[in-house]
Amino acid sequence: MKVLLCIGHVPDTTSKIKFTNNDTEFDKNNIQFIIGPYEELALTRLLELKEKIGDLNITAINVGPAETEPTLRKALAVGADDAIRVDAEPMDAFFVAKQIAEVYKQGDYDFVVTGKESIDYNGAQVGEMLAEILEFPSISGTSFIDIEGGKAKLEREIDGGKEILEVDFPFVSTAGKGFAIEPRIPSMRGIMMARKKPLNVVAATEAAAKTKVTRFYLPEPKSACKYVDAENVEELVRLLHEEAKII
Amino acid sequence: MSILVYTENWEGKFKKSTYELLSYGNEIAKMMNTPLIALTIGNVDDNELKSLGNYGAEKVLKISDPKLDVFTSKSYTKAIYEAAKAVDAKVVIFSNNVSGKAISPRLTVKLDAALAAGVMHLPTSTDPFLVRKRVYSGKGFADYELNADIKILTLNTNSFEVIENHKDTVIEAFSVQIADSDLSAKPLSVEKTSGKLLITEAEILVSGGRGLKGPENWGMIEEMAEILGAGTCCSRPVADLEWRPHQEHVGQTGKVVAPNLYIAIGISGAIQHLAGVNGSKVMVAINTDPEAPFFEAADYGIVGDAFKVVPALNEAFRKFKQGS
Ligand SMILES: Cc1cc2nc3c(=O)[nH]c(=O)nc-3n(C[C@H](O)[C@H](O)[C@H](O)COP(=O)(O)OP(=O)(O)OC[C@H]3O[C@@H](n4cnc5c(N)ncnc54)[C@H](O)[C@@H]3O)c2cc1C
Repeated sequence: MKVLLCIGHVPDTTSKIKFTNNDTEFDKNNIQFIIGPYEELALTRLLELKEKIGDLNITAINVGPAETEPTLRKALAVGADDAIRVDAEPMDAFFVAKQIAEVYKQGDYDFVVTGKESIDYNGAQVGEMLAEILEFPSISGTSFIDIEGGKAKLEREIDGGKEILEVDFPFVSTAGKGFAIEPRIPSMRGIMMARKKPLNVVAATEAAAKTKVTRFYLPEPKSACKYVDAENVEELVRLLHEEAKII
Repeated sequence: MSILVYTENWEGKFKKSTYELLSYGNEIAKMMNTPLIALTIGNVDDNELKSLGNYGAEKVLKISDPKLDVFTSKSYTKAIYEAAKAVDAKVVIFSNNVSGKAISPRLTVKLDAALAAGVMHLPTSTDPFLVRKRVYSGKGFADYELNADIKILTLNTNSFEVIENHKDTVIEAFSVQIADSDLSAKPLSVEKTSGKLLITEAEILVSGGRGLKGPENWGMIEEMAEILGAGTCCSRPVADLEWRPHQEHVGQTGKVVAPNLYIAIGISGAIQHLAGVNGSKVMVAINTDPEAPFFEAADYGIVGDAFKVVPALNEAFRKFKQGS
């Protein structure tokens, strides 16, 4: 079987965020980029499935300029079999979904996994858009996946509980918390092997972005914390009632 | 032309977030001078449907089709697509919850629309269509320009006020064609985690971290939640250690919440934790360590031992509730 795994190239979760060019661009200076945390879990679980069913080829894909290649190499070092970079600025979620759909059609994949949400634009869109373009079923926020007897069994979180589903191939699943428990990290051997694994660069297809960021803002600086003495907790109750007016 | 709001129901009932959504839609309808229409799928009685008129809906489209008794993102997208076409919707609005997140991107593709997910404010302009949303997990905001004839928005729960605006709403049955191929993801079973308050909808949350030492110490946390009518949640290590159920994990890799009041007890305030809670209106931190980063984000702080502060605070909250 073959799976296409969409990998986000996102700022490390501890990054301090700055904007530049009159607040129209994200400032990439001094930012460490990583594989999106949900995609890391997705890759980990797919590797477990590969070990279980034997026949599973994992292709990591990213839509981005050359600077995203170290992130794809890392996915290869963790254990993906090969990688594809669609050479383009990821203009918006629809644009990215279109590119991945095109790659999907060119290959003989059986299903697609994406992270449930990118931690930069917090869009949570690419997987579902891709599913609609390809007319596949989609299962979002998947917290578990298994493959057995030619079908996939998945679990997803719903409001106040979880749902267990069975789905035929092909489909798109967006991975959420629980997809895997601890993300795998690359071993020395993995890093060595990754250098020899194929990373194919393909040209972008024509697609129009429909959204554009016109300006970024940093949050308003918070006013300083007001301290209440631990021996006088009634004061906190008073402040929450009279000043903040929320109780 | 119209503004269409997808009003999800939970076993035939609407929630406060439904009315927030309509109130938001109604303000956009006023900006664009066009009627507000609500859409429901499933069995909701007419009285409940009429309540949508209290928040500006001039018409309610009601789809009842046994094929839609189970949710699949594909079939629901199809149904809402047909309704949006029928009423010539220019803006379609969803709640930024489980189903809204699953349907809205698909509908965006089907309607050739432009999507802004997780908005918290009204658009600043409708031509061009500009709306602000949080990015980088709340470390920033961005103005999005939506460049398509149809715009789709998903609104964060608890970010817009409920505004009453009475209309004599008309209820209209609407039928759709759902094919079996739209239902190919088959739910086998559903597990409900009791009738607890959903943390994404709670107005007050009491949250505990690793500073609470062990699951046996959550009694005082639950007690505070009960006094305040609040929900309970926790930091990631607490869920990872299985002191608390995973649904309670908030943060970058857990749920994103934005209550009116967030009380963090024994939580250090790591950047990944704050990413999930920094949309809260007021935050309180209780921590033994005066240097804990949470105090930089909090509005109110108590430097002290949770095992002493929380019982005292519960007493004070209880007295306040009895007096008010
Ligand atoms: C990619 C990534 C994603 C992550 N996502 C999340 C996420 O979604 N959510 C999340 O929460 N974390 C997340 N984390 C983990 C995060 O970095 C922190 O490790 C975590 O939030 C710490 O949890 P904590 O504050 O409960 O525990 P600790 O950091 O151990 O802090 C415990 C706090 O309790 C205080 N304390 C101790 N005893 C007492 C007492 N008696 N009374 C009062 N206070 C006391 C201490 O002073 C300390 O500040 C993520 C990390 C990474 C790398």
